[in-house]
Amino acid sequence: MARALSPRRKLITTLAAWSVALIIFFPVLWMILTSFKTEASAVAMPPQFLSASWTLENYADVWARSDYPRFFLNSVVIAVGSTLLGLVIAIPSAWAMAFVPGRKTKDLLMWMLSTKMMPAVAVMIPLYLIFQRLGLIDTKLGLVLVLMLMNLPIIIWMLYTYFKEIPGEILEAARMDGAGLWNEIVYVLTPMALPGIASTMLLNIILAWNEAFWTIVLTTTKAAPLSAFIASFSAPQGLFYAKLSAASAMAILPILILGWFSQKQLVRGLTFGAVK
Amino acid sequence: MSTHSSRLAARMMVAPSVVLLLIWMIVPLAMTLYYSFRFYRLLSPDRTGWTGFTNYVWFFNSPDFWLALFNTLALVGGVLIITVVLGILIALLIDQPVKGQGFLRILVIAPFFVMPPVAASIWENLFMHPQNGLFAAVAQGFGAQPILFLEQYPMWSVIGIVSWEWLPFATLILLTALQSLSSEQIEAAEMDGASAFARFRYIVLPHMTRAITVVILIQTIFLLGIFGEIFTTTQGGPGSASTTLPYMIFKQAIAAKDIGRAAAGGIIAVILANIVAYFLMRGLGRNLDN
Repeated sequence: MARALSPRRKLITTLAAWSVALIIFFPVLWMILTSFKTEASAVAMPPQFLSASWTLENYADVWARSDYPRFFLNSVVIAVGSTLLGLVIAIPSAWAMAFVPGRKTKDLLMWMLSTKMMPAVAVMIPLYLIFQRLGLIDTKLGLVLVLMLMNLPIIIWMLYTYFKEIPGEILEAARMDGAGLWNEIVYVLTPMALPGIASTMLLNIILAWNEAFWTIVLTTTKAAPLSAFIASFSAPQGLFYAKLSAASAMAILPILILGWFSQKQLVRGLTFGAVK
Repeated sequence: MSTHSSRLAARMMVAPSVVLLLIWMIVPLAMTLYYSFRFYRLLSPDRTGWTGFTNYVWFFNSPDFWLALFNTLALVGGVLIITVVLGILIALLIDQPVKGQGFLRILVIAPFFVMPPVAASIWENLFMHPQNGLFAAVAQGFGAQPILFLEQYPMWSVIGIVSWEWLPFATLILLTALQSLSSEQIEAAEMDGASAFARFRYIVLPHMTRAITVVILIQTIFLLGIFGEIFTTTQGGPGSASTTLPYMIFKQAIAAKDIGRAAAGGIIAVILANIVAYFLMRGLGRNLDN
């Protein structure tokens, strides 16, 4: 509902909007600035900004001296793996529900969503015990499975709302033109479904990357992703602020970039198509 | 399109998801229910057996439980109020034709992509820390004593951190809803002499009802399970001051190694989630019908 404003009001609203946005973003900005300071400069009181001594060493240190690359790789494997596995299972389901809906399809979708209402703590103990018996504790495979199941309802819902928008008439038209099933899938459906699948994938990689319950409960060291690593970074007491900030910056940067790319699709995905 | 064979094929395609989600939901829940009536402590493996409702009674008799229940609801309610109210205000502001709106949106949405442990650790160390935090520096600048955020106001601090994480979500969704409002309606009301407040109250707010409902429903699902932020900052303390129900159950399982009690807590959490869901759907459900 954007409307024209007088120049003076426009200046005031612009200033106000920018101030609010900068305040909201400031903690991230401050963390990034801290990650480039020396440890002494990072904890100096009063806080240093222009007088700070800057360095790139924190990033090099974190990357070289801890097991950081392993945590990073674990995050990639778990987030991408659980998302791809979820897509493989969800695409046929969402497809069938969107194009061959039955009487119970709506109820089924609601039931799937309701599984998200189940508190994770309620299933934590059995899952831990089952995982212990199967030898899945502290394995990437175990986390891939759990995060896939956790996000499966969201993946199905998102895909369903995207598939729903592909007009059925297009299929009929293609069929009238003599397209076989294979041609139909390759030339008509796939190009139309791809954008929806891509945004579903992005959003779920973000959700899985940032997951911080199961990753903490089900891992110790071997399979721990970044979220578990940062959570257990022992109280630094001002000694490792710069390094902690560098580790944090590297942990959120990939997702921040992915997120900024996908922000147009984000609202729709996160509200299961209820707000577009 | 729906011949008999295509229906069958459709069922086959839906089946894997349904079966997986059924197993994911029912098997652990049944096991949790079973353990909740058992004596099962990892530290005394010889003693086992049925204990009836003992584990549940322990919860209801524990002052910590009532505090945890209160904290859980305070966290959900507090974050909802803060994010919805501020979200509406910020959405109204950003919706104005300001310079660099695209970049503004990017700045505002950023906290949502910050994983909970990082968000918590930024606030805990760089801002709330009583010696090295930025807030302490500001307090000293005014000649005041630094506030011990996580020691004296642990629950408020956690609510603040979680609100910062979820404010972008609320803002973005409310902004999307706002942008679909036609400007003609507002201009017509303006010409009829409606005040800015009246325009907001009778045109803008009703238009956003559905989006607000969606924000509340979805945030509640996630807020009931908040864990990483508390684990990273206060560990539920000092004492039990910032222990929520999920964190209390986690402590029973991991620290006290009492599987029976933790399981009973898990069942109580399920019941609580259902009660909250019931009231939410009753109160808000009609907003979702088109």
